Amino acid sequence: MPLKLLVTVKRVEDPESKIRPTPDGTGIVTDGVSYKMNPFDEIAVEEALRLKEAHGGEVVVASIGGDKAATELRAALAMGADRGVLVRHEAALDPGVVSAILERLVAEERPDLVVMGKQAIDDDQNQTGQMLAARLSWPQATFASKKESLESEAEQRRQPGLAVSADGTRVEVVREVDGGVETLDVALPAVVTVDLRLNKPRFASLPGIIKAKKKEIREVPAASLGVDLAPGVVVRRLLEPPRRQAGVKVVDVAELWTKLHSEAKVL
Amino acid sequence: MSNVLVVAEQSRSTLRKATLSALTAAREVARRTGGDVSALVLGSGAGAAAEELAAHGVSVRMADSPALAHPLAEAHAPVVAAAARAAGATWIVAAATAYGKDVLPRAAIALGAAVATEVLAISGEGADILLRRPMWAGNVIAEVELRSAVKSFTVRPTEFAPAERAPGGSVTPLPVTEGSTGLRTRWVGLEEVKSDRPELAEARVVVAGGRGTKGDFGPITGLADALGAAVGASRAAVDSGWVPNDWQVGQTGKVVAPELYVAAGISGAIQHVAGMKGAKVIVAINKDADAPIFQIADYGLVADLFQAVPELRERLARDG
Repeated sequence: MPLKLLVTVKRVEDPESKIRPTPDGTGIVTDGVSYKMNPFDEIAVEEALRLKEAHGGEVVVASIGGDKAATELRAALAMGADRGVLVRHEAALDPGVVSAILERLVAEERPDLVVMGKQAIDDDQNQTGQMLAARLSWPQATFASKKESLESEAEQRRQPGLAVSADGTRVEVVREVDGGVETLDVALPAVVTVDLRLNKPRFASLPGIIKAKKKEIREVPAASLGVDLAPGVVVRRLLEPPRRQAGVKVVDVAELWTKLHSEAKVL
Repeated sequence: MSNVLVVAEQSRSTLRKATLSALTAAREVARRTGGDVSALVLGSGAGAAAEELAAHGVSVRMADSPALAHPLAEAHAPVVAAAARAAGATWIVAAATAYGKDVLPRAAIALGAAVATEVLAISGEGADILLRRPMWAGNVIAEVELRSAVKSFTVRPTEFAPAERAPGGSVTPLPVTEGSTGLRTRWVGLEEVKSDRPELAEARVVVAGGRGTKGDFGPITGLADALGAAVGASRAAVDSGWVPNDWQVGQTGKVVAPELYVAAGISGAIQHVAGMKGAKVIVAINKDADAPIFQIADYGLVADLFQAVPELRERLARDG
């Protein structure tokens, strides 16, 4: 059974960038910072593409923001997604507002499965997928992973980690939880949020990048959706975390032992 | 005046220690807003966990139903929301564990509540409470305000001392009307990582390995067992399938704050450091003298872990 898949994509600071707050605490220093698709969202796009390759169907990618968000939608289209939806909104957001916007998109697009990153590496919230599932009264399977490692043959063959049943009514999801891996079987439609070890995302190919330029990105003004756009989580200020000072280098294990035993007194 | 509800977490009727950190955070909110704290335990036959929590001086509602036997968000979140309404709760607090992160945002939507995750500290008084939480892998701390009428947050357990035992607690049943018949989530199973070692998030000492182990965690687990320590790992080691995912320390794995953290063959990517920089003493053992881990380590040893780690273990056996 072909699957209609909706994947969410957020533009974030490159995780390798050194992020620090501005002195007045109203934002972050953006000099020298580059931007890319949230790494968890890349995994979500990859998984949706694999599901489409296995079952047929369509992959729709959605983002909220301005022209820069469209850049990341284009990146997902270059990976192989079929079309994009850009919700135009430039003001501050929180997971409550984002999930309300996504609820409206789901009503329009009617996907069988929404695949999302479990968190974005900028605000590290880890709640939007759960909130979307709650708003839709859909089942949720968060922190999706798989039992095979990222070095396994199944991964080399780009098999989906999410096991959609042949009749397209259910999906079996392996989840990373405290103490092990849990398996859930959820009825579709559902929301799945993905963890790091579900797959290794592909790179966009040159033909993929060229094709992506012609793919449709539908634009929707956020104000047209009838959603309360006032965030419930409001950042008052950003602060530097306490910094650790570099300590000392020891020359050998004997000196390390002495330091730990006599100076730090932890052994 | 505000009532604060703690959503407890239990497994096979054993209370998770992280819940006691959430209780401490809940009491701090209650103190600052002039409210009362109560707690909710969900499960099937989990009375012992409820009694254990009540032994920390809190009144506990026990939602006991076969429908709640497994920690399914679809089943648990509506009960959390119903219990919050019944308690007149304006704050809902849970530990930032896999369970808390899964269930609380789902329950929050039913209550119209905004959620802050991984809260590190609480400040302010009355209606003006501010919560500190990490962003960008802990490189920035945000001070946030929740503008909803009902507010909720998850607590990073390492930042709040577990509540002490205290008299005055009680357990009363909370009738559960929600059944399991309408559930569209079926629990299939849990493959547990079985270990005699202490739990990673609660261990006094953690010995962790990374890419530098090249997949051989023998020296790491050997030293850990000699120290009675938990074993941790960097994302690289877990992604390679060398060790269970449950061992990952970092931005998206476990956050630990032991007295001693030994990082062997770990370069110190910011995502890893986010999970262990709260350790009291950090030891780094790495062949690469330029590895960023040395910038945060109290004691750095530039050495091959395959020689240094077993040698440290021998030293411990001889002189420890």
